[in-house]
Parts: sequence; structure tokens; C-alpha cells
Amino acid sequence: MTATSDGALTRKALLRFLTCGSVDDGKSTLIGRLLYDTQLVLEDQLAALERDSAKHGTTGEDLDLALLVDGLQAEREQGITIDVAYRFFSTPRRAFIVADTPGHEQYTRNMATGASNSQAAVILIDARKGVLTQTRRHSYICALLGIKHVVLAVNKIDLVEFSGERFHRIVADYLGFAAPLKFASVTSIPLSARFGDNVIRRSEHTSWYDGPTLIEHLESIDVSEGLEEKALRFPVQWVNRPNLDFRGFSGTVASGVVRPGERVVVAASGRESTIQRIVTADGDLSEARAGDAVTLTLADEIDVARGDVLAHADERPEVVDQFAAEVLWMIEEPMLPGRSYLMRIGTQYVPARVTSLKHKTDVNTLEHMAAKTLALNEIGFCNLATATPVALDPYADNRATGAFVLIDRFTNATAGAGMISFGLRRATNIHRQALLVDKAARVRLNGHRPAVLWFTGLSGSGKSTIANVVERELHALGVHTYMLDGDNVRHGLNRDLGFTDADRVENIRRVGEVAKLFVDAGAVVLCSFISPFRAERRMVRELLAAEEFIEIFVDTPLEECQRRDPKGLYARALEGKIKNFTGIDSPYEAPQNAEIVLTASPLGPEEEARRVLEALRTRQIIGS
Amino acid sequence: MSTSTRIALTPHLRRLESESIGIIREVAAEFRNPVMLYSIGKDSGVMLHLAMKAFHPSKPPFPLLHIDTRWKFRAMIEHRDAIAERYGVKLLVHTNPDGLARGINPISSGSQLHTQVMKTEALKQALDKWQFDAAFGGARRDEEKSRAKERVFSFRSAGHVWDPRNQRPELWNLYNTRISQGETIRVFPLSNWTELDIWQYTRAEQIPVVPLYFAAPRPVIERDGQLIMRDDERMPLKPGEREQERMVRFRSLGCYPLSAAIESSAATLDEIIAEMLASRTSERSGRLIDSDEAASMEKKKRDGYF
Ligand SMILES: Nc1nc2c(ncn2[C@@H]2O[C@H](COP(=O)(O)OP(=O)(O)OP(=O)(O)O)[C@@H](O)[C@H]2O)c(=O)[nH]1
Ligand SMILES: [Mg+2]
Repeated sequence: MTATSDGALTRKALLRFLTCGSVDDGKSTLIGRLLYDTQLVLEDQLAALERDSAKHGTTGEDLDLALLVDGLQAEREQGITIDVAYRFFSTPRRAFIVADTPGHEQYTRNMATGASNSQAAVILIDARKGVLTQTRRHSYICALLGIKHVVLAVNKIDLVEFSGERFHRIVADYLGFAAPLKFASVTSIPLSARFGDNVIRRSEHTSWYDGPTLIEHLESIDVSEGLEEKALRFPVQWVNRPNLDFRGFSGTVASGVVRPGERVVVAASGRESTIQRIVTADGDLSEARAGDAVTLTLADEIDVARGDVLAHADERPEVVDQFAAEVLWMIEEPMLPGRSYLMRIGTQYVPARVTSLKHKTDVNTLEHMAAKTLALNEIGFCNLATATPVALDPYADNRATGAFVLIDRFTNATAGAGMISFGLRRATNIHRQALLVDKAARVRLNGHRPAVLWFTGLSGSGKSTIANVVERELHALGVHTYMLDGDNVRHGLNRDLGFTDADRVENIRRVGEVAKLFVDAGAVVLCSFISPFRAERRMVRELLAAEEFIEIFVDTPLEECQRRDPKGLYARALEGKIKNFTGIDSPYEAPQNAEIVLTASPLGPEEEARRVLEALRTRQIIGS
Repeated sequence: MSTSTRIALTPHLRRLESESIGIIREVAAEFRNPVMLYSIGKDSGVMLHLAMKAFHPSKPPFPLLHIDTRWKFRAMIEHRDAIAERYGVKLLVHTNPDGLARGINPISSGSQLHTQVMKTEALKQALDKWQFDAAFGGARRDEEKSRAKERVFSFRSAGHVWDPRNQRPELWNLYNTRISQGETIRVFPLSNWTELDIWQYTRAEQIPVVPLYFAAPRPVIERDGQLIMRDDERMPLKPGEREQERMVRFRSLGCYPLSAAIESSAATLDEIIAEMLASRTSERSGRLIDSDEAASMEKKKRDGYF
């Protein structure tokens, strides 16, 4: 640590940057070189590096500096980087946190992880190979994530005889590609990570180059984000309530400045109050600025919870339930429009769906292409809808309130990363118009409450038969009903849909939306669909109020359904004439928390229907 | 103990402090039953101090957990109990009863087995016993190269397994805190701190640390080129070894037979910081457990070690 001195860190603004680019371009070697040349490699670590280099090194007799950074066993064995490493180093002028990211396309999500918190990017290019697909992909991701400053490090210049001509050709090539990405600065430097040319030490082999060395340039980049000048955003993280006399809202100021006495508004509810105190363990503050972790108290007892965003009353974020965003997809299972994910934005989790995928972007040409799904590592521009309105800003205006991740609801995997482009106001406007005659008014007129009875089960399990009996009985009781099933939906509303996974999701989504309209009109809607996937059933459930969705699992065993085979479909599926047939070569995910489970009754569908009606009485959908 | 005067936090330390407080609050808000691992060392001291600040005027809504191998320095145990008392937080202590029954110890069982049974296994037992779903650890990314690879919110599948090749992406500070039954999260609020930051913060905030960090004349023996302090009679002397008094201190504290002292005259925080800045070896060089085998830290971590 000789390069640092006690207290020196006060004088420098930290710079967070990443190294990225294609496989084997020398990213890890470069960081190893930076650590080594700034003398941050200590004696015991150097001894370990010598042992490691002898065992796993890719550089013959020399030290393999990449091994200082590639810290996982699998990485050292394969000589590649798999996951991002965060390393710290400093020079007398500045402290740095560098994220070394993997070049392999397979690990793009780890590159994005490293980029998301970086202020600058060093994009490496192997001078022998020039600009590659991964160079472009990483540049595009850096631009999407809002990185403004790029260093184009043309590496391994030692392997092209330190050719200035080669360097200039690569630079021209790259600038041609990168122009639409609108970086604030692109600084190109010829270097050799392995031998240290133009990294810390100016190379005597590149006399044609008179720009800065890498470290000189990194020391000088200005990355002030002006967060304090932006509008106040305070996402409430935790409600601090030690006793009845104190109720504070803990969180980190995401942007702007807040002071006692100022009027603030809870973005989603529109409720206003005044900041009373800014509490910290070191005493009350007269102001809190972007980045400060504090606890605010308000003058009034208004409803504030984790997930709320506090803002100044005259500079509010948008509050919408639909918005457009760029999404980077990060799991194997493709992103399907219509499927429900959990969205994390700020300190809030909210169910969300991609309502439409406008296009995906070809990372090589930056052209837009029509697409139905996003596969792993693809980037697309989407409209999303959330279950409840959320407070947000465009990502370009505010990273803290403009970024989100999508989480797979079953595996909990972090599936997508999103950057909001703009809010879509439509949904809010429609809500406003809808209020003259509302659902409650219709319930009073009808004399019963609306609901969706969602019959799910294998083909041949008896869903439609039971649903028909239920509808007949309800009708006799004077209940307004409507039946939605494959027959009346597939031939009209969903005539354009086939049987791919994406189309099946869309099919159910539309059925859900139609059912919701009927519920709004006050009807009891009977839906019978195999609907084999939990995610899709859950998606419909979330469109409705909790007591309005009644999942009815018609739990007839597969063997029995096959025996019945009323339409001869199982026979054909088993002969391979129908593909993706549920129960045969496509799974059925049985409900885990169905409101009603119907196991085949010896008394037949009449008895099963009776049980459904009984449940509707207990739930006070219909009177007794 | 140190008598340095309190210095205002630098912007750098203030930023680190805020970041860590944000992480600690996040866990309290999202998890059913979190716990803070308290190892008594300087990093744990900073972490606990940050937790106190994070929830002020409330107390941290989680207990501390110390995994006691029964081979810690006596001064550490005294410090532990004094700290729990002083901060008014609940302290849980767990020792692996099977390991005790089998007589596992760092001397005759070897450091590797001792660590596996009395630390890693013990930790897993404790997490299961109290059904904790999130556990804070004071590890820093600058400590070791596999630590530099770990997320702030580090997912563990059922059985406490870390799969370093398949970590959840972690973008911005949008931590994914969702887990299923049996799965847990390890959380590292000090990920972005360096050893120097820890000491400068300890000095600025006047956080109490175990006196063993400060140089004093102490009886040590020289073994395999390392200085070991015999903290009690359980550690037998080898032929030819004899205790001698030297001016030493510890950069890193653990089980006493496995923690080497360094010769030093640094008796205050200022002197420790000055010494560290001039040092040419890492703090882990005094830890006898890390050099057991190549990539040993990663392997231990996969097994469930912190
Ligand atoms: N001659 C020469 N070789 C280099 C240079 N930089 C890196 N290398 C070598 O290129 C190979 C790959 O280097 P790494 O640093 O592992 O590449 P990387 O970009 O980190 O690779 P991934 O992270 O797996 O994408 C190693 O054998 C390095 O020694 C250079 O400037 N000159
Ligand atoms: Mg690498």
C-alpha cells in the first residue's frame, strides 16, 4: 500500500470503472498490471502469483498478471474470467474501484453487473483482431447503462509491431460503430497490458502516439454526476418505529437535497407533509444530500411505507402503471410478453408484465428487429405494465428511480435488467374516466358479487362439463354469468394465435383481460382452460382483486383422462401426431393453493358442481 | 487502548458508511429472521457500529452470533461480552457440540479439520438451529481474490452451498432478496471497504477494538517462522521451543494457535495506520488457515464458510 498515504483519500474523487471487451483481449491482465505497477501487490501475494503462474499461467516463464484477478478456481484452470471481480487501487491523485468483467458472451450478465455501478469503461481490443461482436455488445450495454466516458484500449500492441497504422485503423473502425451511442468522450490509447506499455509507463515503442497513458487519463476523467442538483428522490427503505413517540422513515437520498421545513409529497398517494427532522446517530442534520443515509420524520401522520418515494411537491416523479424501457435479458428461459415477473424498482417489489416487445436490437449493427421474445443476453425495447402504479423517472434523468430488475417468480432468478425510457400515461387516463358507474354500483344492482371461476386441469378432466352444470345452476339462481373457453375464444379474439409458448401465454393473457372486463361488469365468469403453467394462472389472478379469483383444480388423474379420451386426442398425442400435448410431452404444473380442488366424485359432475356452488356461498359471492 | 482524538469523516469514508448502512437496512426490511455474524475482529467492530447507526434511535432488529471454537484469545472473549453489554444487543454463542465431543482442536487435528468442523460446520448448525434466513458477514473484497468475486447479497442454496460460477447478477443497488424455503443469503456490507478504510474509520468513530491489535510486550514462541502467542496451557511447547517476550501485535485475529503475531511497536491507531501504509505484506499472511492449499478460501466458502 505504499502508493497511498494516510488521509490522502480525502483529496481524490473516487472513480469507478470497468474493463470490458471480447474474450482474451487482455482485460484481467490489464488490471493485474495496474495493481502490480501501482505496487499494490504485496510480498505474500506476489509469492502466490509466482506459484500460480507456474501452475496455470498462459505466459510461459513470465508472471501471468491475470491470475491476480481471476480469483475463482475454474477461472484459473480455464484461463478465462467468469464473474466480475472488484479490485481497489490508488495513485497519489485518485482512488479507483475497478470491475474486471468477463468477455465471454455467456457471462454477459456479469459484465452488466460490473457496468451498472461504473462511471467509465475501458473497452479493450486485441490489436490483432480489431472490433468484434463482443466489443460492440459491451459498448452498447455501457451506453444503455448510461456510461458516458469510454477509453478504447487497443491492447497487445506489442504483437502488431507497435504499428500506428494498425492502431488508427482500429480506432476509426470503432468510432464509426460507436457514433450513434453518443458517448461524451472516447479516448483511444495503444497499450500492452502484458508488458506495461502506456499503462503507467509511457512506451518508448509508440513514438507516434502523444496522448496520455491509461493511468494519466483515468486520473483526469471528470465524472461528477450532479446528483445533488437533481430533483429530490427519497425511496423509503425502512420505517423506524422504536416507540409510539417516534416514527421515522429511513433511507438513502437518491438525488437532490432535503431540509427540515420543506414540503414533501408521497409520490404514489399524493399526500403531503413537511419534513420535521433529519435524524442520524450523530445528531440531527440541517440538510441531507444525495448519497446520505438518514432517517426523516414528518410533521403529519400520513401513510408512508417501504417502497414509497418522497419528493418535493413541485418536482414529482411520474406515477404510472405502464412505461417503456430497454430490457437486457439474463436467464436461459426467454422473456415472454404477457408472463408475470416480479419487478424491483427502488425499494419496492411489484408484479409486472411485459405487455409488448417493440423490437430487439442487433448489437452488431444497432438495427432494430421485430421479435416475439428475448433470449439470453438479448436487448429489447418493451412496454411494461405493473400491478399497481409506481413512482419513476426516465433512467437518463435519474438512475435510482429509472432502473429496475425483473425477477422470475418461481426460481427467484434475476431475469432481466431494465432502464426506463418514459412513462405511458394511457392507463391512468382510462382509470379516471371509469369512475361514474363503478363496480360497487353494479354489484348493488345485480344482487351478487362478480368473480372468475378458473377451471384448470388436464384435457378430458371434466372442466367444461362441470363448468356447464355450474353455470346452469347459477343462472337458475338469477346470477349473471358468462362462459369463456377455448371454443369461443380461439375462433374469434385469439384467432391470430398458435400454440408456441409465447402464443399460449398471450392466449391466457387475453382471456384474463376479457374476464376482468366481465368482472368489472359484475358477472361471474366461468373459464375452462387447461392452463398448465402456474405463471399464467398467477398472471390472471393478479389482474383481479384477491377475493375475485377462484381457482378450481379439476384433479382427475392422467390415467383416467387417457381412459376417457373423449376427443381421441391422447391417442393421437401418443402416436406423436400432436406435439406439446399437456400430460404427454408437455408438463402440467398442478396448482398448489387452488381455492377449490375437485377430485372425481362417483356421483358425477352434478355433485362436483354442487361443491363449487357451496364454496361460492361460503365466499359470499352469491347469497345463501 | 488508543487515545487518538476523533477526526471528522472524510467524504470517502462517509460514502462507504452510507452505502453500508443502506445494505444493512435492506436486510432488516426484507428478511424474516436475519443475524449478524460477530467475529470480534476489527471488521466486525465496524459492522456492528454501522448497524447501531443504521437503526438509530431503534436498536438493530437482529441479534449477533458468535461461532466460538473455544480457541479464541481470552482477550477476544472478554471484548465480545463487554461489547454486547455496552451496545445493548442480544448475543448468541454457538459451539459445535459434536466437534467438542470429538475433541477437535487446531493443534492435533490440524488447522483444516478444525476450521471445517468448529467454524464452517458450527456456523451451518447455528443458522439451521435458529432458522436464520440472512446472515451478515464482515468480509471485504480486498481481503482475498475469491472474495473479490462475491456479490454483496450472496445467495446460498439449501445446505448453505455457494456456487461461484452461477451467482445472481447484481445490478445497481437493486439487490434481489427473494429466496425460497431453506435458501439463505449472506450479506457483506463491508464489501467495498479496504483494510485502511477500516482502521481510519475505527479511528474517526472511536470504535473499541480488542487490545491485541495494539503492540505490547507479549510472550510468544517462534514456530515455522511465525510468532505464536500461547494464550493458555493447552498448546504444548515442542522440543527446543521456548517462550520469549517480544513487542508484538496482531493484524488479524482468530484462533490463537492459528493467528501469527507481527513484531511491531504500533501502540495507537495512528501508529497502526502508519505501519500498515508502509507494510509490504497482506493482513492474511498471518492467517495460518489460508495457506493450507491453493484456492483454499474459495473451497471453504463453497462449503459454507464465511
Ligand atoms: N503479448 C501480449 N499478450 C497479452 C497482452 N494482454 C494480455 N495478453 C495475453 O492474452 C491472454 C488473455 O488475457 P486475459 O487478461 O486473461 O484476457 P481477458 O480479456 O481478461 O479474458 P476474459 O476475461 O476471459 O474475456 C493471456 O495469455 C495474456 O497474457 C498484451 O498486451 N500483449
Ligand atoms: Mg478476464
